[in-house]
Amino acid sequence: MKIEMNINGRKRIFDIRPDELLADTLRRHDYTSVRKGCDTTSCGVCTILIDDEPVPSCAYLTVRAEGKKITTVEGIAEEAERLAGCFGDEGADQCGFCNPGIALSVHALKLSAKAPTEENIRHYLVGHLCRCSGYQSQVKAIRRYLGDTT
Amino acid sequence: MKFTNYHRAQSLEDAHKTLQKDKSNTIVGGGLWLKLSRREVDTAVDLAGLDLDLIETTDKTIRIGAMTTLTQIEESDTLRQIASGILVEAVSEIMGRQLRNVATLGGSIIGRYGFSDCITPLLALDARLDFHERGIVSLQDFLTEKGKVDDILKAVVIDKTKAKGYFKKVKKTAHDFPILNVAVVKSEDGTRIAIGSRPAVATLAQAAMDHLAAATTIDKKTITQAARIAKESLKYSTNHRAGAEYRAHLAEVYTRRGLMEVNGLED
Amino acid sequence: MKKTKTVNQRIRSIDGKGIMMGRAAYTDDVAPKEALVIKVLRSPHAFARIKSIDKSKAEALPGVEIVLTHEDFPRNPFTRAGQGYPEPSPHDKYALDDHVRYVGDEVACVAAHDEETAEAALKLLEVDYEIKEPVLDFEKAKGHASIIHAEEGIHEMFPIGFEPEKNVAAAYHMEVDDVEKRLAESEVTVTSSFYTQAQSHTALEPHTVNARLDYQDRLVLYSATQTPFHVRRILSQALEIPLNKIRVIKPRVGGGFGGKQAIHGEMLAAMVTMKTKKPSRLTYTRKEVFEATYTRHPMRIDMRLGATKDGRITAIDCYGLSDTGAYGEHALTVFMVTGSKVLPLYNKVDAVRFHGDVVYTNRVSSGAYRGYGAIQGNYALESAIDMLAEKLGMDPVELRQKNMIAEGETSPIFEIMGEGTEGTAMNMETCKLDHCVKRGMELIGYKDKFPRREIGNNKLRSVGMAIAMQGSGIPYIDMGAATIKLNDDGFYNLLVGATDIGQGSDTILAQIAAEELGVDVEKVVVYSSDTDLTPFDAGAYASSTTYVSGNAVWKAAKTMKKRLIEEAARSLGVEVEDIDFRGTSFKSKKDGEELSLSDLSNTLFYNDDQKQLSVTESYYGTKSPPPFMAGFVEIEIDKETCEYEVVDYVSVVDCGVTINPKLAQGQVEGGIVQGLGMAMTEDVKIAANGKLVTADFLNYKIPTGKDIRKLTTEFAASYEESGPYGAKSVGEIGIDTPPAAIANAVYNALGVRIKSLPITPEKIQAARMEKD
Repeated sequence: MKIEMNINGRKRIFDIRPDELLADTLRRHDYTSVRKGCDTTSCGVCTILIDDEPVPSCAYLTVRAEGKKITTVEGIAEEAERLAGCFGDEGADQCGFCNPGIALSVHALKLSAKAPTEENIRHYLVGHLCRCSGYQSQVKAIRRYLGDTT
Repeated sequence: MKFTNYHRAQSLEDAHKTLQKDKSNTIVGGGLWLKLSRREVDTAVDLAGLDLDLIETTDKTIRIGAMTTLTQIEESDTLRQIASGILVEAVSEIMGRQLRNVATLGGSIIGRYGFSDCITPLLALDARLDFHERGIVSLQDFLTEKGKVDDILKAVVIDKTKAKGYFKKVKKTAHDFPILNVAVVKSEDGTRIAIGSRPAVATLAQAAMDHLAAATTIDKKTITQAARIAKESLKYSTNHRAGAEYRAHLAEVYTRRGLMEVNGLED
Repeated sequence: MKKTKTVNQRIRSIDGKGIMMGRAAYTDDVAPKEALVIKVLRSPHAFARIKSIDKSKAEALPGVEIVLTHEDFPRNPFTRAGQGYPEPSPHDKYALDDHVRYVGDEVACVAAHDEETAEAALKLLEVDYEIKEPVLDFEKAKGHASIIHAEEGIHEMFPIGFEPEKNVAAAYHMEVDDVEKRLAESEVTVTSSFYTQAQSHTALEPHTVNARLDYQDRLVLYSATQTPFHVRRILSQALEIPLNKIRVIKPRVGGGFGGKQAIHGEMLAAMVTMKTKKPSRLTYTRKEVFEATYTRHPMRIDMRLGATKDGRITAIDCYGLSDTGAYGEHALTVFMVTGSKVLPLYNKVDAVRFHGDVVYTNRVSSGAYRGYGAIQGNYALESAIDMLAEKLGMDPVELRQKNMIAEGETSPIFEIMGEGTEGTAMNMETCKLDHCVKRGMELIGYKDKFPRREIGNNKLRSVGMAIAMQGSGIPYIDMGAATIKLNDDGFYNLLVGATDIGQGSDTILAQIAAEELGVDVEKVVVYSSDTDLTPFDAGAYASSTTYVSGNAVWKAAKTMKKRLIEEAARSLGVEVEDIDFRGTSFKSKKDGEELSLSDLSNTLFYNDDQKQLSVTESYYGTKSPPPFMAGFVEIEIDKETCEYEVVDYVSVVDCGVTINPKLAQGQVEGGIVQGLGMAMTEDVKIAANGKLVTADFLNYKIPTGKDIRKLTTEFAASYEESGPYGAKSVGEIGIDTPPAAIANAVYNALGVRIKSLPITPEKIQAARMEKD
């Protein structure tokens, strides 16, 4: 079946199977920033934004995305670049497999919450597993990115 | 899950009819289990667009649509006011934001999962389920039924009564299913205690509730007794997450702490 | 230490931006679209012989390109371990075999035009098994009636104690002085057994490989590997493909931690592509990563300590029993490290013994994992030290301070124990353990907090600690090399076989080169790793990269600098001694004439005595200077339920000079949290039939950002003369202390000693019930 969706501000029409999951559709169409890491909706590396809210694309039917606003990290390039700078300053970037997903969640958090606290950040990002960093440097980098200089 | 057709229902009646057409046909809620399920289905029925994702209030009740996401519940000011916000608290501890953005309340209930963190507080809140065909069924009754649900869950209804609530989820990490969960609600009608993930699906600690109902005063002593009864009167089992004995111990401790808290007593 | 401009500075990683922005970088990102999708049929039985496989139905399925079984592979035993050659691991594995030895072992593989077809084909394979009695309890494995490896042809490369007829993959024994005698003479002794679990690495990127034949008909493999050169060699030997016909490319790797040191899907992808002449790709599912790659070696460690009444430790006896699972990857070497990078911490003993067996069982294979034997041994020794302190009535920190290794000292163990062979004698030229302990006490507030405080609300806070050491590469065995090439306009290529697997080695190697060459890091373009293009490097394991590969880069940069000065002198018509090297320019001390690097390089390329300046240097360690650390943890524990959380984890680390302080901190903190996972939540459950129950992230619980709230990390001032710019390695040291520190903190809180990992609230509660 054919469906139309808006990805990163661009209209795209894909031919899909009805039971296809969005992570597979996106990867097939070269949105390689959308990664697959677990099969159980547990790890966060497949995170994308649908209508500005983070969603696990590995558990989202592509057909349901019809008419929705989809954002991958390619769609928030400037924000991601700035966040990368903060990660660099805090030494928070290691293997980076989880980073595009985190960038999207951080972006959504920024859109939805005013002045999030460290607790808010840790709560919002709990679904992004990272085996490299120990998390603290990530949290510091995100606070820096969100303008929290305390 | 594999399916050949996707059908976006035009109405509840349409959804119902489609489900009747083929035994394998099923409703897709949040879709979280799509990847894990090995079922092969003819038609997946989507209830999106039927206004089942609303949280509505009347004078006496709050009606939460079955397609309401856990995030909507987490962010509901209305629900935050109910029984110290235990439903909001319980939901906010379920996995991560991404998952809560797609997981639906209906999906969390309809499977009668033992690990559900929604069912336990809702049971303590004496929630009712509103089905398309059967109409209103108490959650308590629904949980004792077995087998696949053919009907369509429309909404979960809870009372707006004044109550104090307590919820505790015991878990290994912040991104985990419960080892055990306990919810306590005290209102004018009395005290309800629900204990879930034993690891069987949540149930009321009826004997403990009866003990409190019969007591003339509620003090530390009666509460300690009630907690002991909650431990001894319910069945706790072992699975790979925890042993029966430890679960029973946790149930006693958190029932006691919950009762102390809703009664305004210092533990 | 001389002042540095780039080294020991907070420099952003060179690749973080592109990675954050989602650029195609990882192995699966670069797989050809048309590649055949490979899926693996895995054994449902813990131990069985494959009587027959009927693949006709699967082959007949439209879209299926090929089905491979053991009959399609040359019968060459090898080890997947991914080590130097000859390997210290037994050659006990066939690419596919007619026996399956754990639930998840490979039976066959299918390559099809899409994933759905490949999966459907797996279901059509009909396998007839003769089920054998599995060995699931490693304490009963040795001499068990069921022999896991009875096949012909398997062998050890040199003596490692390999006795497959007894289910023994490796064995070891060493003794200094007479341990039994010293223990008998000791005024105070402690004897205890400890158990550690089969921790999973859980790198977020699953094991991934893709293969293709290039236009020269060479096999090109992209693999998420820590060891591209070892992969090339092992593939060549096992599949009988000439070495010169294989190219292995390591793209960006999404975490390794030892889990990608070994060969996993490479054999199958290589064979599918060789046979079909078509590109192929294989990405493990998360379940396959858990069930069918490998884990940390579970161990039982029996520790006996002897001491005088005033607290001098006189003897240590350490017996280990290690479970290598179905195959013997790293069987001996992980076991050796349990002794060699743990016991020298207390080097003043009169007698020390380390001995035991590594046994086969019918569970998923064990292999390399960050901390590699050391974390197991550290948990046992550092728990036992606290037990000894209590018996002596001494503060556990004081007991350590009295007995631990100090700068300038040595231990006989260094000379006796190596990686499967004899070791290398060395003195501790840098060992700031004393500072690490003192500073750690200050940072955690030890004096006020030891052993515990009531904080109300049914809760206690307590502290616990442990000390640890690691190594920096494997001396005389593992070599790293680096090539530096000058380009026109005066920038460099740094080509290294060293494998960045996310730890940031590309960045720190660029920093070392940039420092020596006097340029900004941006002027050093790093490429790692590609067996066709980059010089050899053993790979990212054994805390090698900073020290071994870093030294190679440093040597190459020094040589390049020498060549540049020669060229500049020639160009300016002066003697080499007359050149003042300023990185981006050269100045004649004679007449003040200046030549920019850019001009020199352009001239060398296009105008005068044209040549390509390119240097390659190699380095192997002649010792392995250990990084050291002290770890202190404060926990808050519920007195009734025994649930606990980490309030703060203090790490004070001596890893020499940190090439990049922030990245070094990331190594330590990442290690700490992995160690905390092993200590606290990463439980491994296996069903009675040998099937792994905890085979996904729903059931295998690694720490999240909400679980570990505070990490306090500091580095001791330290300069290791033999390291690049004074550095030692830092990849593993962080992981070692948490299990013992947590065990000690729990004991200090509630008076119960948990002797098996993970230390769950349930175990603590049960221990308390038993005590009462």
